[in-house]
Amino acid sequence: MGLFILRRLGVMILTALCLTFIVFYLTNLYPNLEKLAKTQGNFRMSDEAVQSWLGARGYMEPLPVKYGEWLGVLPGYVNEADDGKITGRCIAVNMAPEDAPTFCGVIQGYWGNSTVFKDSVWNIVSKRLGLTGWLMLAVMMVMVPGALILGVLAGMREGSKLDRTLSTVSIASTATPEYVSGVIFIALFASSAVGLKWFKGTATSAMDDITWVNFTLPVITIALYGMGYIARMTRASMTEVMTAQYIRTARLKGVSFPNIVLKHALRNALIAPFTVIMLQIPWLLNGVVIVETLFNYKGFGWTLVQAASNNDIELLLGVSVVSVFVVLLTQLISDIGYVYLNPRIRIS
Amino acid sequence: MEPLTWGEIALRVISQFTPVWIALIATFYLSIRFKRKLGLYGKLFDSTIGMIGFAIVMFWFFTAVFSGFFDMIATHDPLGQISGMKNKVPGTALRSPDEGEYAYYLFGGDNLARDVFSRMVLGSGIVMMIAPLATVFAFMVGITLGLPAGFYGGRLDTLLSFLANLILAFPVILLFYLLVTPEIVASGIPNYMAAFLFIFPLIFAGVLLNSRYRIQPAKNVPLLAGVLGVLGLLYLSTISAEGTPINFWPTSLDLYDIPSGILVVFVSVVFVNSPTVFRIVRGLAMDIKTRDYVAAAQTRGEGPWYIMLWEILPNARGPLIVDFCLRIGYTTILLGTLGFFGLGLPPESPDWGSTINDGRKLLSIYPHPALPPALALLSLVLGLNLLADGLREESLRD
Repeated sequence: MGLFILRRLGVMILTALCLTFIVFYLTNLYPNLEKLAKTQGNFRMSDEAVQSWLGARGYMEPLPVKYGEWLGVLPGYVNEADDGKITGRCIAVNMAPEDAPTFCGVIQGYWGNSTVFKDSVWNIVSKRLGLTGWLMLAVMMVMVPGALILGVLAGMREGSKLDRTLSTVSIASTATPEYVSGVIFIALFASSAVGLKWFKGTATSAMDDITWVNFTLPVITIALYGMGYIARMTRASMTEVMTAQYIRTARLKGVSFPNIVLKHALRNALIAPFTVIMLQIPWLLNGVVIVETLFNYKGFGWTLVQAASNNDIELLLGVSVVSVFVVLLTQLISDIGYVYLNPRIRIS
Repeated sequence: MEPLTWGEIALRVISQFTPVWIALIATFYLSIRFKRKLGLYGKLFDSTIGMIGFAIVMFWFFTAVFSGFFDMIATHDPLGQISGMKNKVPGTALRSPDEGEYAYYLFGGDNLARDVFSRMVLGSGIVMMIAPLATVFAFMVGITLGLPAGFYGGRLDTLLSFLANLILAFPVILLFYLLVTPEIVASGIPNYMAAFLFIFPLIFAGVLLNSRYRIQPAKNVPLLAGVLGVLGLLYLSTISAEGTPINFWPTSLDLYDIPSGILVVFVSVVFVNSPTVFRIVRGLAMDIKTRDYVAAAQTRGEGPWYIMLWEILPNARGPLIVDFCLRIGYTTILLGTLGFFGLGLPPESPDWGSTINDGRKLLSIYPHPALPPALALLSLVLGLNLLADGLREESLRD
C-alpha cells in the first residue's frame, strides 16, 4: 500500500510538471506576450518598445529558463536599467537588490503577481478558493444524498415502474448542462417576465453573506448535472448487489424488504458510487466555472475565466496548478478509498 | 396587427415544421415495417425509450437538413435585423412586413432585433454538422491508439495511458481558453493539431484494409490506392488553407476551405474527447484479447493488426455504439460550453451556445431569447441519451 501511494505520488508530480509546462508554453507564446505588453503598458507601443518592455520583465529569456525560474530551481532574472535601477523577479518593490533571495519560485512558496488584479497570486487563489469551497460544500450536501437516494430507490427493484421513472429522471439530469439549467432556473424563478421572483438571479451578494435567496439557484444548477450520473452508477451497483446470493438467502430467511435494502445491500452497493463521487469532483470544477460566470459569483472558476481571457500568466499558472492537484488528489483518494472499502481487494 | 396568442404561436410553429413531421413519419413507418431485417437498428424499435430518443434526434437532424440545404422552416434571415423588433415578446407582428415576408417573430426578437425562432432552427445545422463528425474523429483517434495499447500492453500502454491521463487532468474550460484565443489561433497551433489529429482516419482505413487483403495483392493494391487517394485529397484540402501556417497545397486541388473558427472548435473538441475513447477501447481490448476466438486467430497465423481490427473491434461494437451516442451528446454540450464563453465561433453565429451566451445578459428582464436555444440543446442531448439507453438495453438482450 505504501509503495502504491508513493508511485502514484510520483506520477502525480510528473503529470503536474508536464501540465504546468504546457500552460507555461501556451501562455508564453510571443503573440500572447505582445498582447500582455500592450494591455499592461501602452496600446500604441512600437515593436521595439514591446521588446524592451518584455525584456525588462524577464519575458524574453528562453522558455526552459523562465519555467525554471517560475519553479524556483533557477535563479530569478535580474535586470539593470539604463539609469542604474536594478529590478528582478525576486526583488520586491521596496527591497534593496542585495537583500533579495536568489531563488524564488513555487518551491519557495512565491507564486508571482497577477497583472490583472494587482495582487499576489497566493492571496487571490486562497481567497477565491475559500469562496468556491462554500459553493462546493453546499453542492455536495445536496448532490450526494440526492443521488444516492435516487439510485438506491431505482435499483432496489429492477424494471419496476419506480425504476423506469427515476432512471428517466436521472437521464434527463445528465442531459442538462449547467448553462441550460441555469438559464431555465433564472428565467423561471428570478425574472420579472414570469414574476415568481423567489430567488435572485445573481449570487454576487452571497460572497459576503450566504442566504437562501441568493445561493439556492447556483447550488441546484451545479448539483443537478452531476446528480444523474452518480444516481445511475448507484443504480447499476445496487441492481448487481440485489441479485447476489446472500440477498436471496436473506430473503428466504424471511428478512423484511426494508431490512434487506438497508442492512444487507446498501453497504456493498455504495463502494462503486464512492469512486464515482470522488471522480466527479473534477467535473464539478467545470460546472463551477460556468455557474460562477453565469451567476457572477467571484470564486475560483470566475478567476480562471478572468485570468485566461486576460492572459494573466502567473495567475493562470497558479489556477492550473491548483485545479490539476484537485484532479490528481481526487483520483488518488478514490483509488485508496476503493481498496480500503472493498474487503476483497484489501485482504488479498 | 395584433400579436399572436400562445395557442396561435404553437400552431404556427408546428405548421412551420411540416416537412420535418412528414420525414419523421416516413422514417418511422419504413423502419417499423422492416424492423426484423434491420439488425440492431431495427431492434431499437422494440424499446419505447429508444424510439422516443430516436425521434427527438431525427427531429433535429431533419430540421438541420431542411433548414440548411432547402431553406425551409426558418421564417427569417438569422442575421437580419428588423427595426422595431428589439427584445419583443414571442408572437409580435412585424411593423411593416414586405410582400412575401413572414409577418411575425414567432419566438420574439433578441437584443439585436433578430428572429429567435430562425436562429434556433439554423443553429441546429451547426451542431448537427460539428458534433457527430467530431465524435467520429475522436473515435478514429481513440480506436487507432487504444487497440494496440490494450493488445500489446507494456511500455506502449504506459506511455499512451500517461498522455491520455495528462489531457484528462486538464480542466476542459482552461484548455479551451488556451487553445481558442485569437493569439493562439494566429500562432497556428490549432492547424498543426488538426494536421496531427486528422491523419488518424487515414491510418485507420489503411491498416484496416491492408491487414485484411495483404495476402491478395491484386485486390489490395487498387483498393488501398483508391481509398487512401480519396482520403488523402480530403485530408490535404482540410488542413491546408489560405492565411494559415500550413498552406502548401495548390489551390486548384484544394477542394474546400474550412472557416478557421469552425476548424479550431472542431480540433479542440476532438482533442478533449479522444482520451476518453482511448481509455474505453483500451479496456475493451484488454478484456477481449483473452477470448478463445483471438487465440484461434493467432493459431491460424493472423497478424496482430488483423486480430485487433477484424476480431477484437467487431466484438467490442456494442459498448462502442452506445458510447458513440452518449459522446455526440457530450460533444454537443462541449460545443455549447464553447459558445457560452464566446470562444471560437463568431459572435453572430446562430449556434445554440453563442445564442444562450447572447441572451443571458438580459435574462432577468427578457428571458425569451435565451430559452429556445437552451431547450433545443437540452432536448437534443436528452434524445441522444435516451437513444443510447435504448440501444444498450437492446444490445444486451441478445
